[in-house]
Amino acid sequence: MKNHLMSATAVLALVASVASAEEVRVYNWSDYIDENLLTKFQEETGIELIYDVFDSNEVLETKMLAGGSGYDVVVPTGTFLQRQISAGAFQKLDFDKLPNAGNLWDMVKDRTAQYDPGNAYSINYMWGTTGLGVNVGKVKELLGDDAPINSLALVFDPANMEKLAECGVHLLDAPAEMIPAALQYIGEDPNSHDPDVIAKAEAVFMAVRPYIQKFNSSEYINGLANGEICVAVGWSGDVLQARDRAAEADNGVEIAYNAAKEGSQMWFDQMAIPVDAPNVDGAHKFLNFILDAQNMADASNYVYYANGNKASQALLVEDVIGDPAIYPDDDTLNNLFTTTPYDIKVQRVVTRLWTKIKSGI
Amino acid sequence: MKRFTLIFIPYIWLAALFLVPFLIVVKISLSDTALAIPPYKPALDLAQGWAGLMAFLGDLDFENFTFLAEDDLYWKAYLSSLKIATISTILTLLIGYPIAYSMTRAAEEWRPTLLMLIILPFWTSFLIRVYSWMGILGQEGLLNQLLLWLHVISEPLKIMNTPTAVYIGIVYTYLPFLVLPIYAALDKLDDNLLEAAEDLGCSRFKAFWLVTIPLSMNGIVAGCFLVFIPALGEFVIPSLLGGSQTLMIGKVLWEEFFSNRDWPVASAVAVILLLILIIPIILFQRNQQKQRESEG
Repeated sequence: MKNHLMSATAVLALVASVASAEEVRVYNWSDYIDENLLTKFQEETGIELIYDVFDSNEVLETKMLAGGSGYDVVVPTGTFLQRQISAGAFQKLDFDKLPNAGNLWDMVKDRTAQYDPGNAYSINYMWGTTGLGVNVGKVKELLGDDAPINSLALVFDPANMEKLAECGVHLLDAPAEMIPAALQYIGEDPNSHDPDVIAKAEAVFMAVRPYIQKFNSSEYINGLANGEICVAVGWSGDVLQARDRAAEADNGVEIAYNAAKEGSQMWFDQMAIPVDAPNVDGAHKFLNFILDAQNMADASNYVYYANGNKASQALLVEDVIGDPAIYPDDDTLNNLFTTTPYDIKVQRVVTRLWTKIKSGI
Repeated sequence: MKRFTLIFIPYIWLAALFLVPFLIVVKISLSDTALAIPPYKPALDLAQGWAGLMAFLGDLDFENFTFLAEDDLYWKAYLSSLKIATISTILTLLIGYPIAYSMTRAAEEWRPTLLMLIILPFWTSFLIRVYSWMGILGQEGLLNQLLLWLHVISEPLKIMNTPTAVYIGIVYTYLPFLVLPIYAALDKLDDNLLEAAEDLGCSRFKAFWLVTIPLSMNGIVAGCFLVFIPALGEFVIPSLLGGSQTLMIGKVLWEEFFSNRDWPVASAVAVILLLILIIPIILFQRNQQKQRESEG
């Protein structure tokens, strides 16, 4: 669930060294794989891999529902996957062609089954949480040493936000993640589909609206890293990227990621095969390649997101497997919540509320 | 026969590339959303013949249009787009007319070069040019750094993510579309007319006002339409340069289509946008025709 407007139009097409008639077209999130893996796949299978990237679930879903996308493998997030399965956009996987599927992790499979019953249509690629990215030094300077950097109160309590406004706060421009967080903060069910409950989120945002610099889902990576902003509600791996960039730049900025102690949202990006995929066989080969423990470990070691592959865990570097921001401990894990997709009427209420929160109309 | 063919070809072109797509959009705007591929219903089943067609037509309704009327978001977005498009058109005209005018006053051998300079920006992708404005207008951008360095300002100006940035982006992007038709009109202007006006006692300013402006009116009108029409439905510029408070119908349309996944309502928004554009165009054409008739 990554969002990079900058790379919205970036298209990466790899031309195989081996001239081959067979090709597989993969459509994945931007900055979401170790590119060496793409070359490796082509060398191992001799299949030409055409790898395109997108930056929002909405764009992917529109392509899926319009039909005829031409892709063999796509990577929607769980809630979107569920809706697209009901629309008939995907085909069931043939597990005979996926011998590596045994590597999958039951903890993740149990949770993804709520989007894809029986995990019949998809395999997990990566998963993560939506939490708080904080410039530790600046926030402690403004709020004191006991600043609630692991609590939603940091961004939803006007008393805190009033002080943080001067150093810059970004929230995700993603209503399906921000509204559940606000509901969680006031003790309502974050997965509520009741318009009356959802409406309660409005007051939470309006109280802190004047102190929010921007609603954006990608600029916070740079913003946090170079110290332009000090707090962002963001996706785990993205905040960790910001942390590493700041460390590389050695600019005195220390970034930390924390899931909210009230409970953070957990999401799953799933690989699936469109119903009209031109090369179903090649798509399975790609999925099986991704399910390989070593390949999946390479991907996670590169992008700093947790994956749904149990066997890969032994091959992960300590920076990834040992970081509770990526692989949360059991207490945090039990505290995470998941959401289910809104139906069209409720989706309209949510989008409308979000427009109102952002623009005041 | 020859004449008939000549007229016929552009009409086929219009029908295939404008009328048919528009009718498809109208049809979707009268449908209901559905969780399917494509995400709306009813679908026209030609196999069932006449009965199928009647059933299909019976399922269409104007529900989406009544919905648009009920929520003030939509008319506010239309109004705000109209305001932004109008102001940017006026700004573009104020900047573009003097440019076109001075180009026609320039020495003959310079004109091709000047014309080339107007067209040159098109050699770079539109998207990249808008992105580069983000680098110029940003908090740490070139403009602020220059002004700070010159001690004109002591704190960086906030231009990015405001309506000002949207105006700058639109005026910059569409300026060539306005300069070129005005230049073409002014280029044809007979200098003897201006001399005659001065001989008959007009001041230079009055001659400009009474002769040059009316004779370049066609270019002005054409240029203004070329700016106004795309600016009204503009999506890229407000979403990259504007903030969340910049409400434009292009963004609302995007949200209907992508966030709400409601193709029928998105189509209804688009149909109304087209009607808003078509009415002034038809009025303008009628006016032109009347003028021609009264002159003839």
